[in-house]
Amino acid sequence: MDATDVPAISVSHLCKIYGNYKAISDVSFTVKKGEIVGFLGPNGAGKSTTMRILAGLQPGTSGTAEICGVSVAREQFKTKSFLGYMPENNPLPLDLRVKEYLSFRARLKDIPADKVGKRVEEVMAACDLARTARNKLIGSLSKGFRQRVGIADALLSEPDVIILDEPTIGLDPHQILGIRKLISSLRGKKAVLISSHILPEIENVCDRVIIINTGVVVANGTPEALRREFLPTRHFVVTTSAGTEELAAILGVPAEAISENEQGQKLIEFPKDADCEGLLSKFEAAGVALSEFYEKKASLEDVFLAATQRVYDITSSLK
Amino acid sequence: MRHFWTMFCHELRLLFISPSTYVAAVVFLTLMGGIYWFAIQQAALAGQQELLPVEIFFQLFWVPLFILVPLITMRSFAEERATGTLAALMTTPTHPLTIVLGKFFAAYVLYVLMWALALLFPVLAWYLLKDFCPDPRLLSLPSLIGGGIFVALSGLLYISVGILASSLTRSMLVASLLTSGALFVLIVMGGLLQLLPLETYESLSWLREPADYLRTFKHLEDFYGGVVDSRPFFLFTLGTVLSLILTTLNIQSKA
Repeated sequence: MDATDVPAISVSHLCKIYGNYKAISDVSFTVKKGEIVGFLGPNGAGKSTTMRILAGLQPGTSGTAEICGVSVAREQFKTKSFLGYMPENNPLPLDLRVKEYLSFRARLKDIPADKVGKRVEEVMAACDLARTARNKLIGSLSKGFRQRVGIADALLSEPDVIILDEPTIGLDPHQILGIRKLISSLRGKKAVLISSHILPEIENVCDRVIIINTGVVVANGTPEALRREFLPTRHFVVTTSAGTEELAAILGVPAEAISENEQGQKLIEFPKDADCEGLLSKFEAAGVALSEFYEKKASLEDVFLAATQRVYDITSSLK
Repeated sequence: MRHFWTMFCHELRLLFISPSTYVAAVVFLTLMGGIYWFAIQQAALAGQQELLPVEIFFQLFWVPLFILVPLITMRSFAEERATGTLAALMTTPTHPLTIVLGKFFAAYVLYVLMWALALLFPVLAWYLLKDFCPDPRLLSLPSLIGGGIFVALSGLLYISVGILASSLTRSMLVASLLTSGALFVLIVMGGLLQLLPLETYESLSWLREPADYLRTFKHLEDFYGGVVDSRPFFLFTLGTVLSLILTTLNIQSKA
């Protein structure tokens, strides 16, 4: 295999058991270099456990985890040098100044002494910390600025792999936009694995989404591919003076597939494999005037709920 | 070990900006000043053949230890564990042993510095009193140096035990209580073992020598009496290494 073909993150049949509790069981996925991947799941699904194993903070019970082709279990210190990790809740020493803290972390991350100052300035500029926060005590910073310090720390050593555990939690919309831009700027350069509960955020930033539930990967693909896989129907919104029966006859669907909302819009449901290409021409042929017509795109939230619900259904049927 | 200096300087800096360090310094130096005042009074009342003020001073070395060591060491791992910064530290390519050694030596330097300041009391007392009370007992340099070496040597073990206790818990209060308890056991253990009726039971007679070896005050007396034995060096260094290894294993398994 060519060195460029080696995945940035490779997890294979990873399992972690605490006593009688299985935190993750048989988790497998890969992240390519330059790819931004969202890692989603309900609370307690095993996201943070997987990320902590990748960061070398705890060993897995079985399976393998590799960073840039190097086993995390066998060469922990080598994989840590490839990795920038921002843990959940972003723990920071409150009585240090931003610049002091980043300089300390830079030295621990093997940045040569003569380049520490320059690199710290670069990440502070990238994370918008240089103007107002550089000499402030971390304890006096707002939540948004602290998150930026955590992200700046993860970027410090220009690692090949960046893992961010809930980077946008507790941020206001302006701050989220800033972080989104920052993460998007890493596309094509670094492999980024982000866990978040803010699903529109993930959809905006990520190339691919992995959904984990009860310690198992339940979905893995682009948001579009997951929509096709997990959602059984497509929905179109139509605003017209024609009645439900008339629309059903024109489109050849049962009347129960059409519903109307409070704004007078009609929502038409089709099976996901139905041919929806010629819908507009059908209306035109029937002489029905439309003031609005579009396909209602299912959100990532719908995919998330469908994917996680499927596992609940399977596990409860097994009990 | 390439990150040792980074860790050491960082930890030393954190200790110097921590209010608990200054609380420890004030309490420790006040107590040591009081103890030396008491030692001078006792020496003045006693005859020429009795103990020197410095010897009385060193015999009470354990009193401020229960305050100084916990206050210096309790933050080292307990606070980092409670705030989660230990996990962040462990995500860097820094070996856990380097982290432990950085914290240990920073705390040890502070401990030695505090004692160095406390040992200025005998020198100051001699300097201030030398004109109107030219008593040679006021400054006995061999006893002062011997006692100082003992304090520095035993401090290695006491600080390492404090660091170990701090790595066992997230609570600084629990860490300081654990440290005080462990220090009490370490200091009085040898004496307590000697109180056992070792002579009465044949099967326990082998304990006599180890109990004698573990007597902290006997080693102290040897040092300020000018006898520098290799056995206490071995005892304190071995205990220190053991504590630091246990601390490293502990933070490695529970970051």
